[in-house]
Amino acid sequence: MSIFPREIESLWTLFTAPVVWAFHFLACYVGMALYCARRPAGLDHDMLRLGLGAVTAIALAAIVVSAWLAWRQWGFGTDDPPHDDATRKDRRLFQGFATLLLSGLSFIAVIFTALPLLFIEGCFP
Amino acid sequence: MPPTENRPRAKPHLPLFILPFCLAGCSGSQSALSPAGEEASSIYLLLIVTTCGAAVIWCLVTALLVYAGRSRRHVYSAGAGQKLILWGGAILPTSILCLLLGYALWLMPATRPWLTNNETSGFRIEATGEQYWWRFAYRDAENGISFDTANELRLPVGERIRFALRASDVIHSFWIPSLGGKMDMIPGRTNFFSLEATRPGIYRAPCAEFCGTSHALMAFTVVVMEKEPFREWMERQTNLLRPRETEGARLFARHGCAACHTIRGTQARGRIGPDLTDIGARQTIAAGTLANTAENIARFIRAPHAVKPGVKMPAFPMIPQAELTALAAYLKGLQ
Ligand code: HEC
Ligand SMILES: [Cu+2]
Repeated sequence: MSIFPREIESLWTLFTAPVVWAFHFLACYVGMALYCARRPAGLDHDMLRLGLGAVTAIALAAIVVSAWLAWRQWGFGTDDPPHDDATRKDRRLFQGFATLLLSGLSFIAVIFTALPLLFIEGCFP
Repeated sequence: MPPTENRPRAKPHLPLFILPFCLAGCSGSQSALSPAGEEASSIYLLLIVTTCGAAVIWCLVTALLVYAGRSRRHVYSAGAGQKLILWGGAILPTSILCLLLGYALWLMPATRPWLTNNETSGFRIEATGEQYWWRFAYRDAENGISFDTANELRLPVGERIRFALRASDVIHSFWIPSLGGKMDMIPGRTNFFSLEATRPGIYRAPCAEFCGTSHALMAFTVVVMEKEPFREWMERQTNLLRPRETEGARLFARHGCAACHTIRGTQARGRIGPDLTDIGARQTIAAGTLANTAENIARFIRAPHAVKPGVKMPAFPMIPQAELTALAAYLKGLQ
């Protein structure tokens, strides 16, 4: 059994990257807001930053996997867009290409969401 | 021929020579373009960087457009076109945005709260936005400094000053364009903020969040002073007491002004309106609305709403003119 799903043609990959982006966004903002409201004793701010950094790395990895699946569905770029024939093949390629672009967008969005972690040195007083 | 055709057309001449004079608006007491504080300088730098960057990109895109529209073109392969879109349309803008975002985040003082929070005690100014004026409280528990003033803020040059910002009624926004960025004042919440002035001078600070009818008439004056004069001013304020038994003080009490206003040392201890202990020394009255003259003070007392619609001070049409003049002279004399 391979870790990648054998099924090439799937709608699931289309959602994966934006959903990862959404969860990463929530993890960062809700996590930081809860931390700053509660200021738990055992957890310091830099640990939270590192933790969210790890969450970011995992999210980026998940998006790369979804992008790879999309690339495979797109036939590894052997065929050029716009894939607009009413054929099964073109439908598959179109979906793969759209998924790949969405993964790219989500990848950048996750980086932009996480960027403040590099600079924020503490909670607002 | 219709008669209108005979009339010489009014030529909408733009007097171009006026334009350079508009630049005068860029300097002055309320301009983010002539920074007099740390934060304002970094905001100014950010503005210059983004404007120049945008200008370069605009020139490149326009040059590309002209190049694409020239008469003798030759055809590129689809692959080359796609490469151009990938690099010029996706990778390049994304990297530039990433750099800009990083730079702007790095500039934000709010990301570095040690600027404001490395000590919880010490000197700070508590500013409260009220419809339509500003309450300022100078506090320093260790050095026994505790006095209130209103509508005029005095700051020392070259020292980081911490602020606690509050609002008593609706949202206001605290903004001294020459010194730094904005921070909202929100009822039920205390926002912390800090500023460091780098150049002495007198600056104007408008309320930057619509707060009611007289929002546009809600401003304060900022006087940035050298350190020594500032210390002396604080010293004087801390010990400032006005004589209680003057004619002016009696009038002030008799007409009910004392219910809302404080004049330190006298029986006037009201907290509803601005502290008037040093009203005579301020640049303006009624939160930046009128020049500070005895006539304007009298005019404001007679009919505050005529100067500032919606104002929370009642009108005093019943005070005899002679007493009003005396009252205004008394207030103008509180320097
Ligand atoms: C009901 C409370 C109230 C009473 C009574 C009252 N005031 Fe006021 N006064 C205010 C408020 C509120 C303001 C702030 C108005 C504004 O700028 O929005 C004010 C502003 C002023 C100002 C301008 C202050 C500044 O910082 O520029 C002067 C001067 C003044 N009042 C004088 C008087 C005098 C004199 C009397 C008595 C005849 C009087 N007030 C009675 C509430 C009151
Ligand atoms: Cu306001």
